[in-house]
Amino acid sequence: MMDATGGIPLEHVIWFAITLFLIGVVGILIRRNVIFILLSLELMMNAAAVVFIAAGAFHDQADGQVMFMFILALAAAEVAVALGLVVQLSRRFKTLDIDAASEMTG
Amino acid sequence: MNVALLIGLLLTAGLVAWSSERFHKSLPNWVALVSFLIATIWIVFVWLNGPSEGGTYADQSYEWIPRFGISLTLRVDGLSLMLIGLTTLLGAVAVVSSWTETQTRQGFFQFNILWVMAGVVGVFSAFDLFLFFFFWEVMLIPMYFLIAIWGHEDKAYASMKFFLFTQISGLLMLVAIVALVWVHYDIHGIITFDYDTLLETELDSSVARLLMLGFFIAFITKLPSVPVHTWLPDAHTQAPTAGSVILAGILLKTGAYGLIRFVITLFPEASQEFWVYGMGLGVISILYGGYMAYSQSDFKRLVAYSSIAHMGFVLVGVYSFNELGIQGAIVTMIAHGFSTAALFMMAGALQERLHTREMSKMGGLWVRAPRMGAVTMFFVIASVGMPGLGNFIGEFLVLLGAFQKNVLLTVLAALGIVVAAVYGLSLMQRSFQGTPNPDVPEMKDFAFREMSVMVVLMVGLVWVGIYPQHVLGMTDAILPLLGVVP
Amino acid sequence: MMNLLWLIPTFPLAGFLILCATEGKLPKVVTACIGAGSVGLSAIAATLVGWEFVTSDSTSYSQVLWTWMVVGDFNVSISLYLDYLALVMVGVITGVGFLIHLYATGYMWDEEGYSRFFAYMNLFVFAMLLLVLGDSLLLLFLGWEGVGLCSYLLIGFFHTDPANGYAARKAFVVTRVGDTALILGLFLLFREVGTLDIQQSLDGARDIWPDGSVMNTAIALLLLGGAIGKSAQVPLQTWLPDAMAGPTPVSALIHAATMVTAGVYLIARMQDLYLLSETATLCVAVVGLVTLFIASFTALVQSDIKRVLAFSTMSQIGYMFFALGVGAWSAAIFHLMTHAFFKALLFLASGSVILALHHEQDMHKMGGLWRKLPIPFWSMLIGSAALAALPFTSGFVSKDAILLTAAHSETLGMTFWSIAVAAAFMTSLYTVRMMYLTFFGETKTEPHDKSKANMWLPLLVLSVLSIGGGWLGFTVLGTLFGDKGVPFELHLKELVAIATMCVPLLGVLVGYLLFATNVFDRRKISDSAPGKAVGRFWFVGWGFDKIYDSLIVNPFRWLARVNKSDAVDYLYRFTTLVARIFHNLLTVSQNGRLRWYALTMFSGLLFVLIVVALI
Repeated sequence: MMDATGGIPLEHVIWFAITLFLIGVVGILIRRNVIFILLSLELMMNAAAVVFIAAGAFHDQADGQVMFMFILALAAAEVAVALGLVVQLSRRFKTLDIDAASEMTG
Repeated sequence: MNVALLIGLLLTAGLVAWSSERFHKSLPNWVALVSFLIATIWIVFVWLNGPSEGGTYADQSYEWIPRFGISLTLRVDGLSLMLIGLTTLLGAVAVVSSWTETQTRQGFFQFNILWVMAGVVGVFSAFDLFLFFFFWEVMLIPMYFLIAIWGHEDKAYASMKFFLFTQISGLLMLVAIVALVWVHYDIHGIITFDYDTLLETELDSSVARLLMLGFFIAFITKLPSVPVHTWLPDAHTQAPTAGSVILAGILLKTGAYGLIRFVITLFPEASQEFWVYGMGLGVISILYGGYMAYSQSDFKRLVAYSSIAHMGFVLVGVYSFNELGIQGAIVTMIAHGFSTAALFMMAGALQERLHTREMSKMGGLWVRAPRMGAVTMFFVIASVGMPGLGNFIGEFLVLLGAFQKNVLLTVLAALGIVVAAVYGLSLMQRSFQGTPNPDVPEMKDFAFREMSVMVVLMVGLVWVGIYPQHVLGMTDAILPLLGVVP
Repeated sequence: MMNLLWLIPTFPLAGFLILCATEGKLPKVVTACIGAGSVGLSAIAATLVGWEFVTSDSTSYSQVLWTWMVVGDFNVSISLYLDYLALVMVGVITGVGFLIHLYATGYMWDEEGYSRFFAYMNLFVFAMLLLVLGDSLLLLFLGWEGVGLCSYLLIGFFHTDPANGYAARKAFVVTRVGDTALILGLFLLFREVGTLDIQQSLDGARDIWPDGSVMNTAIALLLLGGAIGKSAQVPLQTWLPDAMAGPTPVSALIHAATMVTAGVYLIARMQDLYLLSETATLCVAVVGLVTLFIASFTALVQSDIKRVLAFSTMSQIGYMFFALGVGAWSAAIFHLMTHAFFKALLFLASGSVILALHHEQDMHKMGGLWRKLPIPFWSMLIGSAALAALPFTSGFVSKDAILLTAAHSETLGMTFWSIAVAAAFMTSLYTVRMMYLTFFGETKTEPHDKSKANMWLPLLVLSVLSIGGGWLGFTVLGTLFGDKGVPFELHLKELVAIATMCVPLLGVLVGYLLFATNVFDRRKISDSAPGKAVGRFWFVGWGFDKIYDSLIVNPFRWLARVNKSDAVDYLYRFTTLVARIFHNLLTVSQNGRLRWYALTMFSGLLFVLIVVALI
């Protein structure tokens, strides 16, 4: 059981992922800068990805890795879109403060 | 007669009208007018040729969704033919009445008018409950657009109100339709929406009562009857002239038609038990509508409330459950179509000239435009119920029929005749008589275009008034179905 | 020749249609020819048909034109029916109608809307002819409503004055109340007897209720309700004085000679129904009596000459109702005819006076006109004599017939007679007052008489009829209903009869002393406090208007004002209000801040996790 994750116990991996995820959450909640929010998002996504890898290894199945690939692709796509939005934001509001774009109130 | 082709003609004409806008601004008007006239002439020919042996003028059926027993069953009997004829005629009237009124997106405007009318023709000829519901919704959406896009100052509110009332009550009907089909499936093991088959469904009286209420509420909302009438004054007031003409002339009649065709035939016993409520609501509508009409100061709103009063007569007639009452209700539908369409046209013409509907800003207009005054007088008199004109025949037969059923309610309904005189003449006084308003130094009188439409409607009313036999004869055939004639 | 019956109403209809279609673009002379000519042609047709009818043996002739409507057992056709009663009415309508049209061609010459006037007038004659010729009650009702419409149109003919419009609407609505009773009567009649054909329903009524019944009484009373409205009897009389807002020829034709007598015609036409019910007959008599009493007092204090005539019309029609009620059927119709002659004459003559004084109608501003306006004066004198029922006029013959029949009737005969005679006294009194104020005394306004032959000729003819009409057709009329009129010779034999004859003369004498001499000081009476109060009470027509205003009209107006925006709609507005409140509550959370959303998401997630963990 233990060997499946290369000697690291699953529990540790999960704790690591939770930590990573919480760092991301806190990042989103406290940063206003869009770039940092995006970074935090990436962190959260990677936290999930780590759990997938660990779980895949734990169960001796490739699904975890497959899901990782998906997440990678998703992250890439997301970044592409998000950076576009960031550029628009900075052009229109001359700032990267996310609260500047709250005028639609919804 | 091929009803599917008629509906197709109107739908296609709608698309053509829409796309013809880019060639010339008034081309859509011509497309719509010509197609309505063709349709009207067609129907006159069908009428002259007389019905086939089964008493119908058209009977078509195509498969649509056989899995659920849904088919495209279109049938036209005397009642339907008459109402379809009224529809196409008033369609032409509506087009002419808004010839110069709409200045923006005329193509889309005429598209909506043609599609509403296509939906209405479908409603009047569908003999499959699913198809009926389908057409019921088809006529709703273009009407919503007509009010929401080309309406007056408060159009968003009015169109939304219209939409919500019709939609919610329509959903009740849908539930009732599905439940009816389900009950029929429970007994016979066949899923079908076919009208004739569903007529035979044996229902528990409690179930029948519930389902009947579902249909009833949908139809009296459309009719409309107090207390679900409040969408109508707003919708009418805000709608463009053509919209009001269609709404009052045709769309209200789909409610009355539904009552006759579906409520009292599908649920005969439940409806018979329900008569006192039906008739009572009718009487309340007559009196309340008349009283509200008197309190209005807006020309169009007054006419809108008077429609509620007139439709109350239809309700009273239908729920008197005898030949006189139902025939009277049908005549009232036709006559009201003519007279109210004309009054709404007049309201539109006044608004076009004076940019107001407020009667306090009118007064003494007869001096400025004697033709308009005389025409208004004629239609006011008609809607007051002058013998010799169509409305009287309808109201008289309704009251005569209702009298056989219940004296007290008839007496109350007859008071509506007095109230009609009060609001009708006050309309006349406040707009066309009295001291000429100095703010209106001159006003263009009716010219050939408007006069010709008015003359057609006048002739129609006189015709129904002195020889209603044409109308009465058309509907003889359905009376046995309604259980009022052995 | 009798099959030309349909032509009688067709001529005026054609006149109406032509005048409508040409929209007043014809020259005035042509308009006048069409307007008066169509009624003239109709009168000629009526004469031909009438002559044929009188010389033939038949007592009735009917002509079916087409089927109006058939619904199950309900079958009505548009058909005309002529008998002696209808013939008398047709004669009055076309004959007097033609004279009034002729007069109107002169009277209306300078007015705006010349063609419109004659269009309405022709339509009126058409509707009135249908009313009396209709074979079924429904066709009668068509005419009934038609004349009401024309009355409305013509009262409000000068429509730029809101007061005229008010009077017109009042006339229409008040008579509509009666019409509603009438139509309910038709419904009940149809339910009980199964037909609306007049002759069939009378036959049916006799068969079903040989001894009368509650139903029969109910029908008779409902029809009476219609008659009361149309004939301006108490309690629906309030519209008639205001109806004088119309041009004077209109008052003469509609509100004196023809339309207002339609109620009398209706009751006479449905005679059998009333014969079967004593209650209904009594009601007719009482209605007539009350009206003639109230109206004759009211006429005494009016200052507008046309209002005097209006109240006098009311009271004369009261006599006709009274006559119907006490069983003097022929006398009632006879009085209808003579009244049409002399009242039309009075109205037309007063019209000439009014026109000569530039539309001055206040009698206190007239006076001393008898030398200056000889033709109107003499016509009015003759008309007044007939109105006051002085001997040897037509009014005398007909009114005495009524009063004497009343005196001889079994129930309450003498009570009825004394009230009616008291009113007859008042009639003479107000007639003298009207004549004196208008034509004698000092001249207050200079007249300018411009009337031509078309205006004085009708006055001449009507004067002759007002005197001679009494001897004209009483023998024919006596056979109308089978009851015998009271012959003149009776007057010399009975005390009651002599009294009846003398009361009007006494009235004239008292009137002369009161108004023309200083034997009594009438100012002393009218200026004393009770005199003033009574005078004012009479002047406003015994306060009926006020009662109706405060009981019905004002509450209705108030209700209309407070509920302009439709109380029912509040139900739906409340629903939307609730939806909107929730909407507003929820939008607070939608502030557009990304971090706020993230926070709520995570706290939600945390909440769920905690809940799951705790469970």
